Amino acid sequence: MEKGKNEAILTMNHVTVVFGGLTAVNDFCIDIQRGELVGLIGPNGAGKTTVFNAITGQYIPAKGEIFFEGREITGLKPDRITKYGIARTFQNVRLFSELSVLDNVLVSYHARIKSSFWEAIFHTPRYLREERTFYNGGMELLERVGLAEMAGETAGSLPYGQQRRLEIARALATGPRLLLLDEPAAGMNPEETRQLMDFIKRIRDEFGLTILLIEHDMKVVMGICERIRVLDYGISIAEGTPAEIQANPRVIEAYLGEEERENAEA
Amino acid sequence: MKREWRMPLTILSIAIFALFIWWAQNHLNAYYIRVLSTAAIYIVAAVAYNLINGVTGQFSLGPNGFMALGGFTVALLVLPVSQKQIVYFLQPLIWPFNSFSLPQSLFIVALLLAGIVAAIGGIIIGFPTLRLKGDYLAIATFGFGEIIFVLANNLISITNGALGIKGIPEYSTLMWTWGWAIFSIIVVSNLAKSSYGRAMKAIREDEIAAEAMGINVFFHKMLAFTVSAFFAGVAGGLLATLITTVSPSLFMFTMTFNLLIIIVLGGLGSITGSAITAVLFAFLQELLRTVEAPIQLGPIHLPGVAGMRMVVFSLLLILAMLFYRRGLFGRKELSWDLILSIFERKGEGVGTTWKKEKMKLS
Ligand SMILES: Nc1ncnc2c1ncn2[C@@H]1O[C@H](COP(=O)(O)OP(=O)(O)OP(=O)(O)O)[C@@H](O)[C@H]1O
Ligand SMILES: [Mg+2]
Repeated sequence: MEKGKNEAILTMNHVTVVFGGLTAVNDFCIDIQRGELVGLIGPNGAGKTTVFNAITGQYIPAKGEIFFEGREITGLKPDRITKYGIARTFQNVRLFSELSVLDNVLVSYHARIKSSFWEAIFHTPRYLREERTFYNGGMELLERVGLAEMAGETAGSLPYGQQRRLEIARALATGPRLLLLDEPAAGMNPEETRQLMDFIKRIRDEFGLTILLIEHDMKVVMGICERIRVLDYGISIAEGTPAEIQANPRVIEAYLGEEERENAEA
Repeated sequence: MKREWRMPLTILSIAIFALFIWWAQNHLNAYYIRVLSTAAIYIVAAVAYNLINGVTGQFSLGPNGFMALGGFTVALLVLPVSQKQIVYFLQPLIWPFNSFSLPQSLFIVALLLAGIVAAIGGIIIGFPTLRLKGDYLAIATFGFGEIIFVLANNLISITNGALGIKGIPEYSTLMWTWGWAIFSIIVVSNLAKSSYGRAMKAIREDEIAAEAMGINVFFHKMLAFTVSAFFAGVAGGLLATLITTVSPSLFMFTMTFNLLIIIVLGGLGSITGSAITAVLFAFLQELLRTVEAPIQLGPIHLPGVAGMRMVVFSLLLILAMLFYRRGLFGRKELSWDLILSIFERKGEGVGTTWKKEKMKLS
């Protein structure tokens, strides 16, 4: 399947997403290499989340193609795309709030189940074995992300920072190779944010992930991303290393300037 | 509670209950037997209904339609040929139903076919409607029930129209009705507890997130809907052979409304909760007969009002919606751990079970 080391894990060619008269993402192209940690930034409404939704099949692009590991995934249903190896988190946490922390993670294993629902109903040995494997996998994963203590709690009752962490764990449980994080630091205090940055770097290495990350918190983006893409009104206006982006006048005008104004107001 | 004890305890209590059912069938009078059987049939239908509405979170209003499919299927299969000739005097019954009837020994086949016919109905209805979200599903399934009602009234050479079918053999003994009640509880709660059930609950909680975690949303909705329709069909068949007649009016929307009351009061998503309220409902329905009879309060004479019971149930439902929205059990299940925790009076909920288990494992 892999044609060469330099082949991108994700390729988006001229992807355009429209909502009625609004072009939310315009002619978006990107190549992401295996193992990279790429940031996607831009002002509110720039189209960042829409890029995620196009990759994960939530929205079907009006134009353009998307390839994952050399396979075209444009227009596939979200669950198919997840099975191929792309997982995501949501800007506004979307946990299964009434399920336990462990069950939230176990849902992600279900896509891999081999036993039919007959076997699940009548508890055949094969099903019980699979369920055991899921359970062990889920607990081990919770252990690794530091949530094992809360495995039995209702997901909705966790503090906000841990809910965000659980969302990442749930995405990891699908066994992804590409992870899309939509504003993982939103609503976190500086201490939580610092922990999150370490956490993201750690899971990339431990799980062998490629990560694409949307984030408003510049400390996070500049701190962990190797490459940053800037969107404004659906159009890519810049790309480069954190240092290059910080120095780019167009970016400063479109985005960083706005941040600074906001900060000044606050 | 030790994990190894649960299974034997469950089997033991089912065995004791089976003894009771056997005793009841032989010693109780016909009236009590009928009430007990009705309770069991409500269990089958309500537990199945809860799978789609409570566990999977898809608001269906279709069970009366599926019960009708099952009820008429069983009626057509088990009604003796001679009785068919008497009943269908407006228009003769179509072939092949006019030429055979299943003997009592094949009652199980009739019931399974009732379930299968209803399940096929479920698949046909599910295909277009389960892609719809929210209220649309409710409206479409409500429409399905109405279509079945109209068809049952007009396909006279199959259903005998509004007159219905009389003289169905009374095959539904307590063993049959309670056998199916227990079987449906086991199947539906095993399904709900399984990995498939987790996927269904995930869909209930957040469909978009579930899909993003690799869950095939349509398949799992369809699975829940079809299993639900199957048991509704069986319940319809049991009902037909309990009250020995079926007619379109037996399967009107009131039936769905009753089931809705049961599953909401029992706790949407709680299988055992539905089972318990189903029994309470059946008994309450009998007790409340008095409110429909004329009452003489000293000098005041209150004429009996038919349908008064439904008013009482509706009020109960409204009160539950206002003050006790999660119903009797919420989303918890009645389990040995829950019973034990009540007796231990430590106020421990189901949530703590896992911790105990973990300590045991490690
Ligand atoms: N489902 C939708 N229907 C219509 N318009 C939409 C939809 N989703 C997004 N949009 C619009 O597309 C544009 C881009 O939205 P998007 O959510 O991608 O922005 P964003 O860059 O993620 O912003 P934020 O930083 O606020 O999250 C916005 O103008 C938004 O209103
Ligand atoms: Mg966004």
